This record gives sequence, structure tokens and C-alpha cells, in this order.
Amino acid sequence: MSANNVEYDFKWCPGCGDFGVRRALEFAMKDRTTRMEIPMANSVVVAGIGCSGNLVHLLEGEQPYGIHGIHGRTLPIAFGVKMGRPDLNVIIVAGDGDFLSIGAEHIAPQAARNLNVCAVIMDNGVYGLTKGQSSPTSEPGMITSSTPYGKMEAALDPLNLYLTIGVSFVASGFSSKPRDLAKMISAGMDHPGFAMVHVQSPCTTYNDNYEALKGNVKKGIEPIIYSVPEEHDTSDLGAARKMVLSDGLPIGIIYQDTTRGPLDQKMEEMTKGVEGRNIEQLLDSYELAKS
Amino acid sequence: MQKQDFVVRFAGEGGQGVVTSAEGLAQAAAQVGYHVQTFATFPSQILGGPTWTQTRISDRPVLSSGDSLDVLVAFNQQAYDNHYDQVREDGVVVFDSGSFELDRQGTTLGMPFDELAKSTGNARAANMVIIGALAYLVKMPLEYLEQFVKQRFSRGRSGDDEIIRANIEALSLGHTKALESGFSLGELVAPKMPSEEQVLIKGTDAICLGAIAADLDFYVGYPISPATPVLVFMERNLVGDGKFAYQASSEIESIAAILGGGFAGKKAMTATSGPGFSLMSEGIGLAWMSEIPLVVINVQRGGPATGLPTKTEQSDLQSALHPAHGDCIMPVIAPGTVEESFHAAISAINWAERYQGPVVLLSEMALAERSQNIARPDISKLVVEKRKVYTGDNGYQRYDGPEMSPMPIPGGPGAYVANGSEHDGIGDTTHLPIRHVQMTERRFGKLKLLEDGSFEIENSQHSIAVMPWGATKGPAYEAYETLLQNGVSLTWFYTMYLNPLPPKLLDELLEKELVIVPELNYQGQFASYLRSLGVHAEAITQYTGLPFKVRDLVHRINEKFELRLKKAVVR
Repeated sequence: MSANNVEYDFKWCPGCGDFGVRRALEFAMKDRTTRMEIPMANSVVVAGIGCSGNLVHLLEGEQPYGIHGIHGRTLPIAFGVKMGRPDLNVIIVAGDGDFLSIGAEHIAPQAARNLNVCAVIMDNGVYGLTKGQSSPTSEPGMITSSTPYGKMEAALDPLNLYLTIGVSFVASGFSSKPRDLAKMISAGMDHPGFAMVHVQSPCTTYNDNYEALKGNVKKGIEPIIYSVPEEHDTSDLGAARKMVLSDGLPIGIIYQDTTRGPLDQKMEEMTKGVEGRNIEQLLDSYELAKS
Repeated sequence: MQKQDFVVRFAGEGGQGVVTSAEGLAQAAAQVGYHVQTFATFPSQILGGPTWTQTRISDRPVLSSGDSLDVLVAFNQQAYDNHYDQVREDGVVVFDSGSFELDRQGTTLGMPFDELAKSTGNARAANMVIIGALAYLVKMPLEYLEQFVKQRFSRGRSGDDEIIRANIEALSLGHTKALESGFSLGELVAPKMPSEEQVLIKGTDAICLGAIAADLDFYVGYPISPATPVLVFMERNLVGDGKFAYQASSEIESIAAILGGGFAGKKAMTATSGPGFSLMSEGIGLAWMSEIPLVVINVQRGGPATGLPTKTEQSDLQSALHPAHGDCIMPVIAPGTVEESFHAAISAINWAERYQGPVVLLSEMALAERSQNIARPDISKLVVEKRKVYTGDNGYQRYDGPEMSPMPIPGGPGAYVANGSEHDGIGDTTHLPIRHVQMTERRFGKLKLLEDGSFEIENSQHSIAVMPWGATKGPAYEAYETLLQNGVSLTWFYTMYLNPLPPKLLDELLEKELVIVPELNYQGQFASYLRSLGVHAEAITQYTGLPFKVRDLVHRINEKFELRLKKAVVR
């Protein structure tokens, strides 16, 4: 899993936002093992397919477990890992294409279950590894190899989507601010329920929007991003909605509901006292009555 | 005249008691020591629609649901019209004269089912009226049935006595009606109580119980006919410490979830039918590639697409072997009887844990929904295997070498990446040719660990053999026995372990001039698979949505046999 592995044959492009995300994730995971005195091997990173999916391979030092699965299925795989072993810390890393296009059908059910995992989504608004096609978060009108006359669809607003379908923790990050991002990922991992950390992670090759996000004073370009104001009440869903529907892109924790309780806890509560019948008891119920 | 077995078909609308009558008769007969088997086929709707079920009772183990009907119980005109041609020449039609008039000459016995039931004070006792009449027709002592009624309705509730009284009265009303008709089918031979304790059980329940016996931990499934009963069973019974059962939002979620469970160290399983199995393709390929143990049950129905959701077919064998793209083949176990269904589930879980990969268990509608009495399995005799778990130091090369290697479990030592991309020893992605060669050979090589399947061979000296698979076993064995009695020299082969085939069985198969494979699909999928292994196999196919009839198989196997003999002479 080391970048020094000579056989390993995947590299991100220079300037890729995913480097910053990797740094933040590594920091947050190491911090967690120290804070909670839990070995790194108790964490599982479930990665999707595409540039961002290769993040699973690039962690240095003590290693977590990893699954580099199939396109779009990080959430249901993570669901299996978490419900098989609720004691594990399960993290998802995936891109906007993987998570919001082919994998979009899996978000609503896990939001309803409040699955206790933390998903870190690297949004670059484009399919990078297949060389630059339009993604759900690409801007309308964007020219890509699959939209040569401009993208005809509206752009998906992921933060609004998460809030609407009941994700219980929603944060918005930027790969160029890895320290802030690490804090969000830490908070997401600690959150008792489904945590989404949606990260702007630009693609320098196919959709370089650093300048648009950060702004450029010299060129008179206003930044799109701004920090979530300190006075924002993260438990207020209405305020969170209003913020994400307004102009600009807030960076920070936008919403958190800690009252719902995650699926693993619900399961424990609801099946408390239910004794499973063993095989002999089950067979008894099929027995023919004795004459 | 002594009768060795008794075949009754109940036909009518869903909800008229077609199923409860068939199962009631089976249960009552099994309780006094008869061998029984039921067959059910439903319309794909909840209320109404033409439904029929069949019960066969014998003093010997029952292999198939029976070709010709001793009795047709018709609940309405349409049921009579659709089924009367299946009644034996000297058989009897019992019909609901409260529903329709039948002016056919001969052995028809009309009685108003509901009216008679109502006269006992219990409108729900109509099935007992019918069963009472059936009992008379084969001289089955009424005590057997009264005993069954008493046991069935003694539930410790205040109304029990009244319900029992009304049901016994209903039995006697039906009995009297049949007696007045003067019809008789002879006397059913007395039952011989089997020496072993019996359970009356459906094919699907047998699979579920086998899985529980094999220490299943983790089940995720999605409702689909005819596999839904597995989900329902697991949701109820797979509870307690470390156990998990859940209804997913799709089959794609099911397969991905059990893959996560298997990775996390659990014995994991899902069940589905054709359409869901198609959706699981990519996930099954990932389990093969990343070497994660899991079991997928496919209860086959007619296909493709929505096909025949509530009918039976054996048309998913090729997709069970090759559900995924790329260079892989799945271990496949296809039980042929209710008893085998129990053991197939245990073998499937053992296999998955042993070779660390996906295993497909193929059942089929006609087997899944069949009730049959079987000897209660002796749990102390079962072999339940555990996964080899890695316990060494970190820095473990999980995928190194040409063979199965102990599997690290999250939380423990040996962290690695379970990778669906081609990978090196620790699970890092690599596309080096040498690695792809090593890993491909490793993945196929592990199948050697599964060559321990049991099989059946009879009369191996002959050059022509018959070899069914799955639930075609029952009618095929009856046909084989009939042909033997007629002097046709055939070898019998059978196994539920379709891939890998037990090597000794394959050696025997390769020796034969011709292996005749009866199977329920158009293409002859198992025959084609056998040919790919070098066996001279030819299929006998049927694709009606129903199981084979024994007499059809006798005729068609004989036809192939004769044809081959002629060819041999010409040569």
C-alpha cells in the first residue's frame, strides 16, 4: 500500500486535489487511533473506482484494511463491513462519478438507515480516469469529450441532495485546505450515523477550477468558497438548507443530527431479548406430531 | 385391490383452499407413516388466478409428484376443463357442486364444499370435507385424519374443542358423500412408520436450516419470487449475538453487502432468482477476484427477464457457472431433493470458507416449494468448516503464492487491500503480466480444494448412461428404474456437485459412449457443459415451466437409447 511499491502502477497528475484529501484522511485516521487508542487495523477504507478510488493504496505507515471494489458500490460494501462488524471504523473514499452517478441509488437507503460510516467524496466535476467526460456535478454547458456541444443536464447539488434525503452529518471541504478537511473527517468518523464529507478536489487535467473556487484578486475573480460562519447552528436543518441553496459554496460542517442513532445501535435495541433458535429448536418446529 | 400410491391434484382459484387441502392431506398422511411429496404452482398474483397443487402419498419414498391423477379435486369449471385430461382412466373427479355443474358421465363426485363446511358451524372446514371424501376413496381409516385434526387444532386456545369438533364432522360429511357414490380406487397399502424421526419440510426451508446448521452469520437479500421465503426465514431466525439479516434495497446492494460481511470475517449468504442473479454478476466477479467467501442461492424460475416468476425451469446453469465477465468459473451445487437441499447449503458454506471465494447454490421453483417428509438430520454428524484466518505479523502477503492462504480479518494482523483490480501479494493494484498469470492460476487452482463432492453410480458396466441434474433427479430416477425393469441397460449417474465435478465421476462419464441428460431448458445447458469436459452428452429438454413427467422421460430416454444402438450396428 506504499507509494514506494515498484510494481504499483497508478499515479495522480501533478496538482491533483486528491493529494490534499489523502493527507487530510491520513491525518484524521492517525489522530483517531491515538485519541481512541484503537489500532489502525480496526479501520477499513472502502474505495470506489476512478482516480479517487486509488486513494486506498496510498496511505503511508501503519495500514488500515482496504477494499478496492467495483464501480459505484462503496456504500453497500461498507454497509456489509459495518453491519458484520459494528466495532470497525468504516470509511468510504469515492469520486463524484462513482458516488453520485452509478452509485446514487445507494445513498437514500443508507441515509434512511443512518449507517454508521463516514464517506469522503472527491468531487472534481468530471470523469478523470476515463479521460474527461461529463459527470453529475459538471456545470451545465460544459464542453467535455462526451458533451461536445455542451452539457445539457443541470448540475447536481450534492450538499442539497444529502440534506434532502436525510444524511445525518453533512460537511463541505476543499482539498487545498487539508487541515480543515482533516477536522471534518475526524468529526465525520466520530459522528454516530451516516456522515458525508463532500470535498472539492479539482482535476488539473480535465477540469481545473482552482481559480474559480478560490478566486483571484488580481484578475478580479471573486471566490466561490467561503467558510461556514461560526454562528451557524449545525443542528438547524432549515438554516443548513438555506445556506447550501444560497450563492457560494460553504466550507465547513453544515449539518449534524446526533439524536437519531445509527443502524447498528437500532438493531441492538430492537432485537434485545430476542433469542435466536438453534438448529435443533428450529428442526423441532418441522417435526411431525407423534401419533 | 391394493394401491401402492395415491396421487391427488387440487385445482381452483388462489385463496379457495387449494394449497391448504394439499398440504393438509400430506401432513395427515405423513403423520401416520406414509411418505409424501407435494408440488405447487401458482399464478403471479395475490388473490385468485388459476392455482393447482398435487399431493402424492406412498408407502415408499416418493421421488416425483406423480404423472397420472387418481383424483382431481376441481374447485371450479375452469379447473376441471384444464386438468381432467390428466386423470387416470379409472380415476375420480371430485368437484364443488356448489360452484358448477358437471354433466360428464362416469366417475364424478359432486359435493357442495362450502355448504357442507357451513353446516358444521365452521365455514373454514371445506378442506376437511374434501380430505374426508379422498380418504374414503382409498379406504384410508378416518382415525388417521381425526388424529391429525386433533393435533393440528390443539393450540391451547379456548375455541380449540369447537374447531376440532367441526373439522371432524366435516371429514365425516365428505366421507359419507363418497361412500354414497359407491366409487372406490382400491385400498391404499398400510403405512410403514419409518424407523427414523421424520420432519415434513419444504425445499427452501431445508436450505435455510442447512445454512443455520453451517453457522451462517450474515444474510442480506431482496424480495423476489421464488426466493423470498429465504429472506423471510432469515429475518426471523438469524438473530442474536454476531448475527445479521437484512432486507436490501436491491440485489446489487445484497451482493455488495454480503461481500463486505465476508470480508469482515462472517459466513455470508444471499438468495435470489434469475433477474436478481443477473444484477449480482459484477459483485460475484469481485468476490472471485478479491477472494472473499460468500454463498449466492439462485432459486431458478423461468427466464429470461421477468419470464415465468412462479414456474420452474433449470435454465440458469450456464449463468451460475459464468455469472461474471472475465476469466472465472463458479463452484456450483444443485440439490435434487429436499434432503439434498439441507446438505447443499452446508456444503456451499463449507466450500466458500474453504477456498475463499463465491459459491453458487442452484435450487429451482419446483424443489423450493415442494413439501416432503425426510429423516430428521442428525446434527452431530455434520461437518461444519471454519475459515483459515491469518494470525501472524503485519506485512503479510495475503495473495502470495499459488495456493489458498490464510485470510486476515479486519481488527487483526495482516492488513491488506481486497482488490478487484489485478493485484500483487498485499493487494496493491498492478497490471504486470507476470502477476496476472500468477493470480489467475492461483484463483483457478483453489478449485482443486473442492473436489470432494459425493456422487451416485449404478450399473456402471453399461455404455449408455442417464444423468439428470437438480430436481429432475426424481422423475429421471423413476424413469431409469422403469427402463431397467423393461430390460434397457442403462448406467445411472448423479451428483449435486456440478462444478467442480467429482474427478472420479468425471472419469466414469468420459468412459461412456453416450450420457443422456434430461433437463428443463431449451439449450441443454448441462449436456453442453459436460461436452466441454469431453463427455459424450446429449440433452433431453423440456421448457414448459413444469417438471418432467416420468412417462415422457421413459419414452424419450428409450428413444435416444434405441437410436444409439442402431447407429452402433450400422458402424
